[in-house]
Amino acid sequence: MADKIKTDHEIALGSPGADGDLCPVKTWFVREVLPLEAALMQFLRRSGRSEADVADLRQEVYLRVCQQAEKEIPHPVKPLVFTIARNLMIDQVRRGQVIPIESVADLEAINVAGDTPGPERTLMAREELLLLRGALEKLPPRCREALILRRIEGLSRREIAERMGISEHTVSEHINVGVRALANALYGEPTSARRPQ
Amino acid sequence: MTGHETIEREASAWIERRDMGEWSAETQSQFDAWMEADLAHRIAYWRLEAAWDRTERMAALRPAELRSALRPTAARSPRNTFKFAAALGAIAIIGTLSTYYFTQPTYQTFATTLGGREVLTLHDGSVIELNASTAIRLYDDAKERRVTLEKGEAYFNIQHDAARPFVVTSGNHRITDLGTKFSVRTEEGRLRVALMEGRAEVDNINSAKPVVLNPGEVAIATADSISVAKKPIRELADALGWRRGQIIFYHTTLAKAVAELNRYNRKQVVIADGATARLTINGSFPTNGIDAFTQATEQVFGVHVTHRGDQIVISR
Repeated sequence: MADKIKTDHEIALGSPGADGDLCPVKTWFVREVLPLEAALMQFLRRSGRSEADVADLRQEVYLRVCQQAEKEIPHPVKPLVFTIARNLMIDQVRRGQVIPIESVADLEAINVAGDTPGPERTLMAREELLLLRGALEKLPPRCREALILRRIEGLSRREIAERMGISEHTVSEHINVGVRALANALYGEPTSARRPQ
Repeated sequence: MTGHETIEREASAWIERRDMGEWSAETQSQFDAWMEADLAHRIAYWRLEAAWDRTERMAALRPAELRSALRPTAARSPRNTFKFAAALGAIAIIGTLSTYYFTQPTYQTFATTLGGREVLTLHDGSVIELNASTAIRLYDDAKERRVTLEKGEAYFNIQHDAARPFVVTSGNHRITDLGTKFSVRTEEGRLRVALMEGRAEVDNINSAKPVVLNPGEVAIATADSISVAKKPIRELADALGWRRGQIIFYHTTLAKAVAELNRYNRKQVVIADGATARLTINGSFPTNGIDAFTQATEQVFGVHVTHRGDQIVISR
């Protein structure tokens, strides 16, 4: 039991095992890195890349940050995230993979030095509700319906299929699309509840 | 389709299967293998899972509001979502559970002294902060997440897990987390529970039914009653100033301010007379800022401050 608990200062390394719930990198990633996603996406989009390329870049940034975190949790994380993002974009330009519309520099413009808790980390419950509602409203109607029947009504896949008059396979597809769209909306999109820092 | 997109599709498929309860031991080992294979897999999964978990929390918060905002649906208790999630969780942990079944519940004790403060982070990411002169027992295993607050005050930032609700007990009272940030403080003959975020249930041995707290609400639980008052969130945040080593007073009587300050310092402040005790002050002081405090009262109110050994006496 003695290792069940750690004081704040001792959290650092953990096995990068599949059991994410016991993985400090996961806890850290969800808490410290994901809240930066809206700002990161804004930064990446300014280069004029396609949404698919931007999403690829985002995951590549996450991968590199987490590789580092598996050795030692970086602190503060914000400057690191944006430096990695910038370097990745510069590399792509060097290799001639993309021609940027705007320059990639300009890190100062988004105030990466500040690592104070952003508004997204202190979102009050009410604001979070609005954020979620906004995210749900952006989904395709059928997809949204399936998600609500699952998440709020607690229906099974078969019950949702019956209620909506579609196959169970299609229900799965709707939920799949919905999960990904929700993540983009909750983390990646700037909203009124998430002012820039 | 790009590489990242493929990974994300796989990740969302795992989330969907897990959520729908299609989870056998075989699925688990396939999932483990997929997670182990690549850090990029884990990252994609963590991200989607975090988003998915947030939707559960929102459903727990105001199901009626969400439902009316989106579309009318047939009445069905939102509790079913919890029961279902609990059942899923039970399936997922059943393997590890069996090894715990036959062991006695074990706990760890954590305590702070006068003026002390401690931050504990549990493996699930939940955080418990202990204020001065506080003692807790922590039961954290596959079966339960429970804290008994023996004395003092603690702040809880709990990662919600429908399968293993986080429970705080103190005396005859019990607080059950429904995805929450809250503080619990023992006061003479009563318990004060303040909810910052999420939702929590408060009940005690004698109460017929639990009281559900919403953000900004404070419950005062005595031996035979629980009353709830709505407070500005600002006020609740001020009451948690100790987490940053601050005590914040807002129209606070000197009597109350001194009692608060005395929780953190060996030197104790004593107020000599009733008129002085009823003066009210605003301001924030470091928890160990006993001198700053007495000097401020001296200057602002023109009271006398006398040092007598370990006592500081404030009088007219």
